[in-house]
Amino acid sequence: MEFVFFLAAAVKAGTCLLYATLGEIISEKVGHLNLGVEGMMQMGAVVGFIAGFTFGNPYAAVLCAAIAGAAGALIYGFLTISLKANQVVTGLTLSIFGVGFAAFFGKNFVGKKVPEAITTFFAPIKLPVLGDIPYVGQIFFTQSIYVYFSYFLVIAIYIYLYKTKWGLNTRMVGENPVAADASGIPVDKYKYFNIALCGALCGLGGAFLSLVYISIYPVNVVSGRGWIAVALVIFAMWNPGKALLGAYFFGALDIASFWLQQYTLPVSIYLFTALPYLATVFVLIFTSMRKSSNKKEPAWLGKNYFKEDR
Amino acid sequence: MKKRLGVLMLALVLVVVSVAGCSTGSTSKEDEVTKVGFIYVGPADDGGWSQAHDNGRAKMVENMGGKVETIVKENVPEEKSAVISTIRDMVDQGCTIIFGTSYGFMDGMVEAAEEFPDVKFEHCSGYMTADNLGTYFGKIEEPRYLSGIVAGLTTKTNKIAYVAAMPIPEVIRGINAFALGVKSVNPAATVNVSWTNTWYDPTVEKAAAEALIQQGCDVTAQHQDSTATMEAAKEAGKLSIGYDLSAATTMPEVYMTAPLWDFSGYYTDAVQSVIDGTWKSQQYWGGMNDGIVLLDELTALAPGTAQGQVDTATEAIKSGQLNIFTGELKDQTGAVKVTAGSKMTDEALLSMDWFVDNVVGSLK
Repeated sequence: MEFVFFLAAAVKAGTCLLYATLGEIISEKVGHLNLGVEGMMQMGAVVGFIAGFTFGNPYAAVLCAAIAGAAGALIYGFLTISLKANQVVTGLTLSIFGVGFAAFFGKNFVGKKVPEAITTFFAPIKLPVLGDIPYVGQIFFTQSIYVYFSYFLVIAIYIYLYKTKWGLNTRMVGENPVAADASGIPVDKYKYFNIALCGALCGLGGAFLSLVYISIYPVNVVSGRGWIAVALVIFAMWNPGKALLGAYFFGALDIASFWLQQYTLPVSIYLFTALPYLATVFVLIFTSMRKSSNKKEPAWLGKNYFKEDR
Repeated sequence: MKKRLGVLMLALVLVVVSVAGCSTGSTSKEDEVTKVGFIYVGPADDGGWSQAHDNGRAKMVENMGGKVETIVKENVPEEKSAVISTIRDMVDQGCTIIFGTSYGFMDGMVEAAEEFPDVKFEHCSGYMTADNLGTYFGKIEEPRYLSGIVAGLTTKTNKIAYVAAMPIPEVIRGINAFALGVKSVNPAATVNVSWTNTWYDPTVEKAAAEALIQQGCDVTAQHQDSTATMEAAKEAGKLSIGYDLSAATTMPEVYMTAPLWDFSGYYTDAVQSVIDGTWKSQQYWGGMNDGIVLLDELTALAPGTAQGQVDTATEAIKSGQLNIFTGELKDQTGAVKVTAGSKMTDEALLSMDWFVDNVVGSLK
């Protein structure tokens, strides 16, 4: 029974990672490595919290968070798409910017509580029928509406990327923008749209932390989870379904130390707090050894497209 | 002509500036205001540790009636460079005594004390001293023992959650005192400890508390600066012992009582001694008799039998009849650490690195 509770907590802890990972998958599918996930999550978290705190309305809070994340992504988009700046450097800068943005605007909100109206709105709801399935119901279907929305997003993004014309075009831009351009696909428009979508999802991931996961706004709410999301994209092999598994796995690692402390273990508890980062290293090693081409990153990932060089 | 005008203007500016400089210099001497610096590790309204200090500061200002001005710096990280630059800033602004209120400020304060020999420094909970650097702390374990009595009487599952910051003697001593309080009324109950490795991070504190609650704990206690542990208890419908500040009005759904700090008396005395010129570096360690630590009034959520037992124990501690760390005390492995009837020395208490036998949790 305790293990079921643990898994339910892991799903909750992994949800912010899931949003951010889905976002980064979309960005990378269009050929843009955006290392600014941490920054966009921070922006979403702080703007979402401020909006929620000011308006007391969950919809307004979530919407503002998504807009803030997308705004951060569009800065990145403008620099890398229109001005052809280096993607890695721009992404890193966005991360630093987002952390500073959150620290600056969040300063007066540190220690403030999430309003009651929002806490009740996002409180766990047991779904009828599905919630009654033994174990599975308790783990996956006794959660916040914010978590349910992420299940929906996994399916929606899978359909978008693999079952629609837009998704096909998106992937083509990421694989070979030269061919895409030649076949009449507006490359830059696709890039802007998908990068903004990535930002909005990262913003939602950050706001999950500041509106649902916690009760009191802290100094640094995201604290490195954005970087784990970047690694998760590789772990998930750019597949939304596998992103779900990866996010929950890392969610479990995130909280494992609190659950394991009650057992006498032969190793130090500090090992468990280091586990998510250790696991990230191993994931990167193993995925870099993979040979199969359909599990690899998009061919033009990280490279800017110069129309004039065609 | 233009050049001469320029020289004239420059001379005029210089005169104005020097006059202005003189005048500000003379007024500040007339006012005789003592400037006092306070460095907090969290926000001043964190609902815990830093707010307890800030309340003490506000009360001190009130007591001193206009003779004192305070400069507060919040959210200072426990890093040497950050502490030193904060102190330099405060000294620049004219502070003559600076209180650092977190253990991790120690290295920075030691170095700053060397840099500014004319400024007095007071460090809360540390152990390093200098001619112009003193330490102050309270025996919070006394009210913690009392809060353990309340928790022990409340629990039905006989598992009490204790969300704790860092495995250092101060925190371990508090946990052991709490556990001994629990044991005095309920020998079957265990105190289940979870480390967060942070003083103030509501995200981590809440996750740790949730884990303990779902593992069967029905009362929470904490050595953390935010109210996140109580928030977790509220969501799960459990009861809580707070820390630092009364949460009777902020967390009425779960709050039973809390070991509290009251720094106002100490701050008033220390600042007064600086004004009088009698300040001396010392290691202050006050208890319930000095008023620096106390147990909050029990709320209606506390079990009915608790008040009487708490009152009896309070009297016994204040009169010196009851010493919390009196043997026989066994550690988690069952080994006798303090033999029957003997008391622990202050030194042993200040370096405590083991748990009493009704604590579940690891120090590794």
